[in-house]
Amino acid sequence: MATQPTGGRARQLWLLLLVPAVIVPLIVPIYNSVNPELAGIPFFYWFQFLWIIVSSVLIGIVYFAVRDRQTPTSK
Amino acid sequence: MINWTTLGIFIALFLLVTVIGFVASRWRRGDMQELNEWGLGGRRFGTTITWFLLGGDLYTAYTFIAVPAAVFAAGAYGFFAVPYTIIVYPLVFVVMPRLWAVSKKHGYITTADFVKGRFDSRWLALAVSATGILATMPYIALQLVGMQTIIGALGITGTTTLTKDLPLIIAFIILAVYTYSSGLRAPALIALVKDLLIYIAVIAIIIVVPLNLGGFGAMFKAVPAAKLTLSAPLVNQYWTLALGSALALFLYPHSITGVLSSKSGNVVKRNAALLPAYSMVLALLALIGFMAIADKIAPTKTVVNGFHVMTANDVVPALIMKNFDPWFVGVAFAAIAIGALVPAAVMSIAASNTFTRNIYKEFFRPNASNREESEVAKVVSLFVKAGALAFIFFVPVQNALDFQLLGGIWVLQTLPPVILGLYTRWFHRWGLLIGWAAGMVGSSYLVSYATNAANSKGLINALTITHSQFSMIDPAVPFKAYIGVVGLLLNLVVTVVFSLIFNALRVSNGKDATVTADYADTGEESAVAISSTLVQPAEE
Repeated sequence: MATQPTGGRARQLWLLLLVPAVIVPLIVPIYNSVNPELAGIPFFYWFQFLWIIVSSVLIGIVYFAVRDRQTPTSK
Repeated sequence: MINWTTLGIFIALFLLVTVIGFVASRWRRGDMQELNEWGLGGRRFGTTITWFLLGGDLYTAYTFIAVPAAVFAAGAYGFFAVPYTIIVYPLVFVVMPRLWAVSKKHGYITTADFVKGRFDSRWLALAVSATGILATMPYIALQLVGMQTIIGALGITGTTTLTKDLPLIIAFIILAVYTYSSGLRAPALIALVKDLLIYIAVIAIIIVVPLNLGGFGAMFKAVPAAKLTLSAPLVNQYWTLALGSALALFLYPHSITGVLSSKSGNVVKRNAALLPAYSMVLALLALIGFMAIADKIAPTKTVVNGFHVMTANDVVPALIMKNFDPWFVGVAFAAIAIGALVPAAVMSIAASNTFTRNIYKEFFRPNASNREESEVAKVVSLFVKAGALAFIFFVPVQNALDFQLLGGIWVLQTLPPVILGLYTRWFHRWGLLIGWAAGMVGSSYLVSYATNAANSKGLINALTITHSQFSMIDPAVPFKAYIGVVGLLLNLVVTVVFSLIFNALRVSNGKDATVTADYADTGEESAVAISSTLVQPAEE
């Protein structure tokens, strides 16, 4: 899905960072196991907690990157 | 059995929060004559208010009652709500600023407005708005079930035919009166107070209960191993449920309201980065299901302070009653009840607004006055809630979560014109309409099929289906998936096929009211704030 001309190529490349945030949680076999446990918490659960943080950080990075790059093209 | 301390605190907090909103909405009346501006407040909302508005779409009885109940009953399977909320925000980040930009440019306030402008088809717009209204009803039903559960746990119930349904009747009356008299401004104004109350309750629960149980490790030890991970057939259901729910969330009329009322595309993006804080809490709340297992709460067996646990929905209030003093039970129950009431009010107002704008005015009374629109919206919001009640009585779901999934199944069928329409106009308007019809009919058929077939299996099984039973795929392939996603695939295939046919036959595809530049998210902020407050549909 192409984004609009604003910000150009650089902006679109940054959006690629969001791909793992969406795709990884959907590939269930990656994390569908009890081990390795973390402080008694099965992998299935702490991995998904971890991914909430990872995906939030990724969106944050993209937000700051994209925000700076879009001002020159504003009308 | 009624605990008067609990009930007293509950009623006091409940009244405090609702009255604050009610008084506040009266305080600045006069700004609110235009139905057009009712929910968007002149598109002036910054990051903070948008955060509360959008977050409120997630923080409902779904989070407090339905998801923990699903985890309690089905273990890891019910945890699909977590990947759902993980993947929804990147999608919002990419897609919603486009919708914001084009809506700002053309003054759209519903997705049906956009579809009508983009595809020059009032029938496609009708399909989108009618689907949004229909899909909202079971979602409201879920909120009513949440309130019903809490009122029942307070002890306001009985065993006779009349008193048995008393909690549900009270929940319905409170919702109807609240929405009818206060409109949309009150929910927005009390969002902050409401969320504060919710945070207090949530933080207390997720700290105190695991401590009582000996830590999270001990809690997981108490859960049967089979419930800790997904069995092979559930894997595909898990990710399709997550994906389908995520794609559905921001197609609902009330979620769109939250997006469009922000003052710039940047605010939408910033929120997409900040809202995962909600996901974290949702995931912790989901674990309440396991806490209840570890605390040995069992439906039909457990009785806490006179509250007889009957279904999986009841385990959350039972766990709270078992672990906290009566006064805090009152606080937590008030938080949950308000957390169900306020979103339900917003949902029913958003749905009735769509009706008034895209159906009533479009097809019946093009010249309706603002005041007439307001009156119609008010009455329709009652019908929407009555519809929600009908879902509770007539749709045999196994679990409260099914209501939300049912709404999702329908609302997903509006994805091609609304979301794909933001990127391309290759699809033909009549192809989209036929695709939508195929998706609606096909998925509704699968729902009735699955409900009958899965009957006693319980839980989310009712709304997912084994493909092998549906003779599209070799019976040897046991691929189970969320019906919403299956319906959407059918919808897309039919849409593409008919778009090819209509485009080849050169059937007119209407005139696009938008141009490419309209979708560009320039980061520009909304210049004018038309009214300074949220506007409610009907006030003299």
